[in-house]
Amino acid sequence: MSAKRCFGNAPAGVDVSKLSGSLIVIEGPDSSGRSTQIALLTEWLEQQGYAVEQVGLKRSTLVGPELERAKQGNVLSPRTLSLFYATDFFDQFENRIVPALRAGFVVLADRYIYTLMARDIVRGAEPEWVSSIYSLALVPDAVFYLMVSLRTLVERTFQSHADLDYWESGMDCGLSRDWFQSFVKYQRRMRTEFIRMQKQYGFVPINANRGVITVQKDLKAHIQVVLDKIERPVYHG
Amino acid sequence: MDRAGERLPGKLVAVEGLDGSGKSTQVYLLFRWLESRGCRVFFTEWNSSLLVREATRKGKRRQLLTPTTFSLIHATDFADRYERQILPLLRAGYIVLCDRYMFTSFARDAVRGCDPAWLRRMYGFARVPDITFFFRLPLEVALGRILEGRPKLKYFEAGMDLGLSPDITESFRLFQGRVLEQYLAMAEEFGFTVLDATRPVHSQQQLVRQIVSQKLDLATFHKRFVQ
Repeated sequence: MSAKRCFGNAPAGVDVSKLSGSLIVIEGPDSSGRSTQIALLTEWLEQQGYAVEQVGLKRSTLVGPELERAKQGNVLSPRTLSLFYATDFFDQFENRIVPALRAGFVVLADRYIYTLMARDIVRGAEPEWVSSIYSLALVPDAVFYLMVSLRTLVERTFQSHADLDYWESGMDCGLSRDWFQSFVKYQRRMRTEFIRMQKQYGFVPINANRGVITVQKDLKAHIQVVLDKIERPVYHG
Repeated sequence: MDRAGERLPGKLVAVEGLDGSGKSTQVYLLFRWLESRGCRVFFTEWNSSLLVREATRKGKRRQLLTPTTFSLIHATDFADRYERQILPLLRAGYIVLCDRYMFTSFARDAVRGCDPAWLRRMYGFARVPDITFFFRLPLEVALGRILEGRPKLKYFEAGMDLGLSPDITESFRLFQGRVLEQYLAMAEEFGFTVLDATRPVHSQQQLVRQIVSQKLDLATFHKRFVQ
């Protein structure tokens, strides 16, 4: 079992020594294939006998409705939005991720603090401020970054949606009045930030321009290494 | 985005203290006085941003807040007020009066177990007030004032989430005692102007007004536009 630790001090009331499962994070932009890969990994892990908990950046019940309303009205300052997201994250972190790890689950996280930090930093937040807030989070056992070329990203996005998402296009950032131009610029900035973080946090980059099966094989091989570190009880019958 | 060090034409005055220390009455009277003197002045309260209030209320009602999310939700409220009201008003040359400021979080959230350094970094975007009045009251007096007047204590207000005591009144006593210790410990760090809160309202207000007139050049805050 790998010892768990947080980036900084643990949140009040969370005893990391009691956490035993594995936290595996899949990062990557929308349309990079994260959810497909996570569904396949869940299937594979469960067949091997691992209990799996899937978590995402979906809104928690705590601030979800307020956040949605505020985003529509476009009235929050970037800093308020950052803190709103952080509240939402830690609500899920303490109420879902931590209990699942305590129970020994493999937690598959469909994005984690990295996406939240990158979004904030691209919007002008100081990196030190953002990383300090998220320093209470657990260091994952592995982070995979699904990298896709901008070309692939654009094609996959338009294949699944008829229009571009306001936030994923960074339309709030004032990069361009043209949605497509804004999308391209925003995704480039996010990628630059991710590449910077990749060095800092040691993500495993995965070439996600390839087919689903090939990417899955890659992920499984890496995750197997993580799981092999978990001690297994031996039955002396 | 961090402008805590920038010089601004406005001035920031905060009041802090335990519930029952009279700080809200004093800041209200100060506000009325500055207003009547024709000053550009604005008043804002802790935990009062409309946007965030609903989430706070819901979380508190369902008691699903942890020390971390409790702290973050208040920081969200504060950031919203800071960036939409406090900072623009300071830039516009107003005197901004705050009934509770980040020190309330530093005190209460530290008692709940949050890391003091984490709290200070989170609020790093906010400037330290030009004057922070701390209304110091012996614990027993503060408790007496609250427990006599308002016996229906609220869950989080009494620190029930800390599990200090199953009895809500006893929990309130213990919690307030710890909050007071935290306040006193940071008085020097942030240069609080400590006032003896056992003084009668009227003489206390005279003192508050005197200190404000000494520390701020009120003539520079007079409104040019008079209705």
